[in-house]
Amino acid sequence: MPLVRFTPSLQRHVSTPDVQVDGQTVRDALSQIFLATPTLKSYLVDEQGALRKHVTVFVDGTPVRDRTTLSDALQPDSDIDVMQALSGG
Amino acid sequence: MPDTLLVSTRKGLFTYDRTGDSLALTDSAFLGDPVTIALCDPRDGTTYAGLNLGHFGCKLHRRDPGGAWREVAAPAYPEKPADAPVVRDPMRGEEVPWKVQQLWALAPDHSRPGGLWCGTIPGGLFHSSDRGETWTLNMPLWNLPERAQWGGGGYDWPGIHSVVTHPSHPERVMVAISTGGAWRSDDGGETWRVSSQGMRAEYMPPGQEYDPIVQDAHLMMACPAQPDALWVQHHNGIFRSVNGGAEWTEVTTAQPSAFGFAVAVHPANPEVAWFAPAIKDERRIPVDGRVVVSRTRDGGRTFDVLTEGLPQAHAYHLIYRHCLVVSEDAAHPQLAMGSTTGSLWTSADEGERWTRISADLPPIYALSWAKG
Repeated sequence: MPLVRFTPSLQRHVSTPDVQVDGQTVRDALSQIFLATPTLKSYLVDEQGALRKHVTVFVDGTPVRDRTTLSDALQPDSDIDVMQALSGG
Repeated sequence: MPDTLLVSTRKGLFTYDRTGDSLALTDSAFLGDPVTIALCDPRDGTTYAGLNLGHFGCKLHRRDPGGAWREVAAPAYPEKPADAPVVRDPMRGEEVPWKVQQLWALAPDHSRPGGLWCGTIPGGLFHSSDRGETWTLNMPLWNLPERAQWGGGGYDWPGIHSVVTHPSHPERVMVAISTGGAWRSDDGGETWRVSSQGMRAEYMPPGQEYDPIVQDAHLMMACPAQPDALWVQHHNGIFRSVNGGAEWTEVTTAQPSAFGFAVAVHPANPEVAWFAPAIKDERRIPVDGRVVVSRTRDGGRTFDVLTEGLPQAHAYHLIYRHCLVVSEDAAHPQLAMGSTTGSLWTSADEGERWTRISADLPPIYALSWAKG
């Protein structure tokens, strides 16, 4: 089952421990997490469901290609890292 | 006399409370996070703070009187319909996104308890009926065909920085947009009409200077005692209306310049207004490195340039649009002014003398007086 990990910088806004979820795509995995923690959704994706400009997601060490609909495929043992991009200040 | 001053900054929200004749910092919140706007609702004492987190988007927090801050819903666009018309920024040709990029104005909706308006970049006006628990995009304004003429000002996208409401006219809502002129509704936002006739945009090609929709109003304020009396600090001048925005007249006597972002209007006398002049366009610094406040007491016929207590040499403070405010205490109006360089000043004598409360704050984005 894919494992999802979150950047520590999120923790002071929304508590987000590592979690294992089912899913064929990044969208599937995040949708399940958003159901359990609705507050998290607006921190990671915008109103249209795309990744926020300064948030990035790695799947098995590679940044996702589809930032708009999050359709990148997952393997049963994928590691998903939700990171902040190097921006802000 | 107002008891509390909310100071929204690039690195948090700071609360100053009055102790005797001075203000003392009594609370800080959201340290490290940009706070773009704050409001203490005079009807129920609830305080709202709009954040713009660098990575994680715009957030809204609410504090009930005596309570703690709690995140509530932030205004957000609905899912964009597949058949929605594509609206592009007229200057850059890029599609205006259905994504909130900044919470820029908060105002009470006096037609119902707990009602709020929120103006945003990129140009959406949102409404809440439940103290920020839920928000709805005002579609009549968003769907105006004329929105295609709104453009980015200092930001990439057009933004609503001014939402003017009044308890005596709960169905009236006025907004001003940088850049998109001023708009007025007399039915609680069901219908809108442009309300910036008479403003002049010197940066437009010949023949288009008086187009009311292209006007770069930097801030619009009404006199609380006479809500039909409005002032606008505009990109290239100061404009005044005495008939609720039906017509605007340019004020050409301001010194030392007509450029600026902020305007504050006396709570009881619409002839009295304060401005924070600067050198315009891409420079945006005080004229001659001197921080001054200009004040008219005769409706714009003449101006005083007020300097006492303000730095007068090599001072490069800029005063953003929400950073020169006056309290609504008609007998003893209190002025406050905050700068991009982190200085905060107040004046208890209508601007004659200023006292620097702090020179060490983060860049100041907005000020708001509140009853303690």
